[in-house]
Amino acid sequence: MIRLEHVNKFFGELHVLKDVNLTVAEGEKLVIIGPSGSGKSTTVRCMNFLEEPTSGKVFINGTELTARNKTRVVRENLSMVFQSFNLYPHMSVLRNLTLAPTKLHGKSKAQAEELAYHYLDVVGLRDKAHVYPTTLSGGQQQRIAIARALCAETKIILFDEPTSALDPETIQEVLDVMIRLADEKITMVVVTHEMGFARQVADRVVFMDGGQIIEEGTPEHFFTHPENERVQQFLGKILRN
Amino acid sequence: MLSAFSPEAWARVWAFRDTFLLGLWTTVSTAVLAILLAFSLGLLFGLFSTGKIRLLRVIARVYVEIIQNTPIVLQLCFMYYALVYAKRSIGIAAAGILALGIYHGAYMAEVIRAGIEAIPKGQFEAAQSQGFSYIQQMGYIILPQSVKVILPPMVNQVVNLIKNTSCLYIIGGADLISQTYSFVTGASTGGAYGPAYIVCGVMFFCVCFPLSRLAGRWEERLKVRDRRAVAAVSSGPIPRRVIRRGQKP
Ligand SMILES: Nc1ncnc2c1ncn2[C@@H]1O[C@H](COP(=O)(O)OP(=O)(O)OP(=O)(O)O)[C@@H](O)[C@H]1O
Ligand SMILES: [Mg+2]
Repeated sequence: MIRLEHVNKFFGELHVLKDVNLTVAEGEKLVIIGPSGSGKSTTVRCMNFLEEPTSGKVFINGTELTARNKTRVVRENLSMVFQSFNLYPHMSVLRNLTLAPTKLHGKSKAQAEELAYHYLDVVGLRDKAHVYPTTLSGGQQQRIAIARALCAETKIILFDEPTSALDPETIQEVLDVMIRLADEKITMVVVTHEMGFARQVADRVVFMDGGQIIEEGTPEHFFTHPENERVQQFLGKILRN
Repeated sequence: MLSAFSPEAWARVWAFRDTFLLGLWTTVSTAVLAILLAFSLGLLFGLFSTGKIRLLRVIARVYVEIIQNTPIVLQLCFMYYALVYAKRSIGIAAAGILALGIYHGAYMAEVIRAGIEAIPKGQFEAAQSQGFSYIQQMGYIILPQSVKVILPPMVNQVVNLIKNTSCLYIIGGADLISQTYSFVTGASTGGAYGPAYIVCGVMFFCVCFPLSRLAGRWEERLKVRDRRAVAAVSSGPIPRRVIRRGQKP
């Protein structure tokens, strides 16, 4: 479904991704963890070409992503949920959800709205269809953002720290929605520091440090006997908090 | 020579009211066409200067810098006389519209660039991650949000453009200033300086003032709306990431 081959990324002199190779299978729930600045966001952003790799290849569903085809390939295959929600503030919630389906996926207004209400139900916010995003709490905004991603009906959804901007009380409401999604066939790539979520949902966990994947395995493997010392340190710190 | 504010002077201006109205008409119609041109150029070069294609960014930069750093009168003369000597004269009115449009287009390009740059990067990324093309991103997501940033300085440009029609005087235009000037210096009409210039000024004012007011009002309203939106946002704090112990599965 997603394949990164020898992906390198430089920001100027800074070598941020160092020969990253990663394959995500269809329907797989992949969680990426690692310390700040280790390249987790950059890895995920290379998957939908928000960042273009300096070298290496990205395949989505067998098609190599290029600057030329990225708009189409991304539109047909990928959605993304951001740390800062990034809802469109000048549109109602409903319009946020129907914009891409009507303008990009050839749906009629009625079809798009039906879809929107369906996914508003999924995230439990049907009654917010007609309000503007800025009037909602962070947790609600993020659930709307997830509904917006679902409305594209793509097979892959990327999450870059979806709960990191939320206050502690609202984190769980977003995680609950994501846990429910995990039962679907959707391929999910999730950067998160929520270890409970990782343990419950992930098929595989990838640990990044210094722009490289330094360990990967099942959640059990990770949380019971990780091999790498960096991973042990990191998990020790995070789980002790 | 008539004394500046004598009734005869006013009577003379009144008798030649058609001259002034014609001047006003020329000024307004020139301005409207020039505004359309300026806005189109402004949008085009504003998009160029915020886009990803380096060559277009350079072109936009060069356009803006050349136009903003030379006098409009020079540009107008160039547009008119250069074309006349090249035997490609396009006429006074067209030269005026072109020069004013190009001149204010450069300023509008900067206004639109600033408006686009004021939108948070996350909005572009969200749009891109949904698969919107650059033009679609701009049309559906970015520009509609930029309007509130763009509008006040844009109206400012429109008002300036209307006033700058007076530069048409230099190439012998029939705009309000030119008409007024030939009226007061004309052999048969001359002398009514005071009333003529007052009438001319009042006419400009009657066109420009409502526009400025409208922009001011709109700006005020947007500010009020923003305060409300900000209040709504800040009720939900956005703390820096907290690394937390995971919930028990
Ligand atoms: N647009 C950019 N320009 C320059 N440097 C960047 C840019 N984006 C990221 N970086 C740098 O690349 C490195 C990796 O960043 P990245 O955001 O991928 O890390 P991360 O693992 O997601 O970290 P965090 O947990 O803080 O989000 C960091 O050192 C960061 O400063
Ligand atoms: Mg990150």
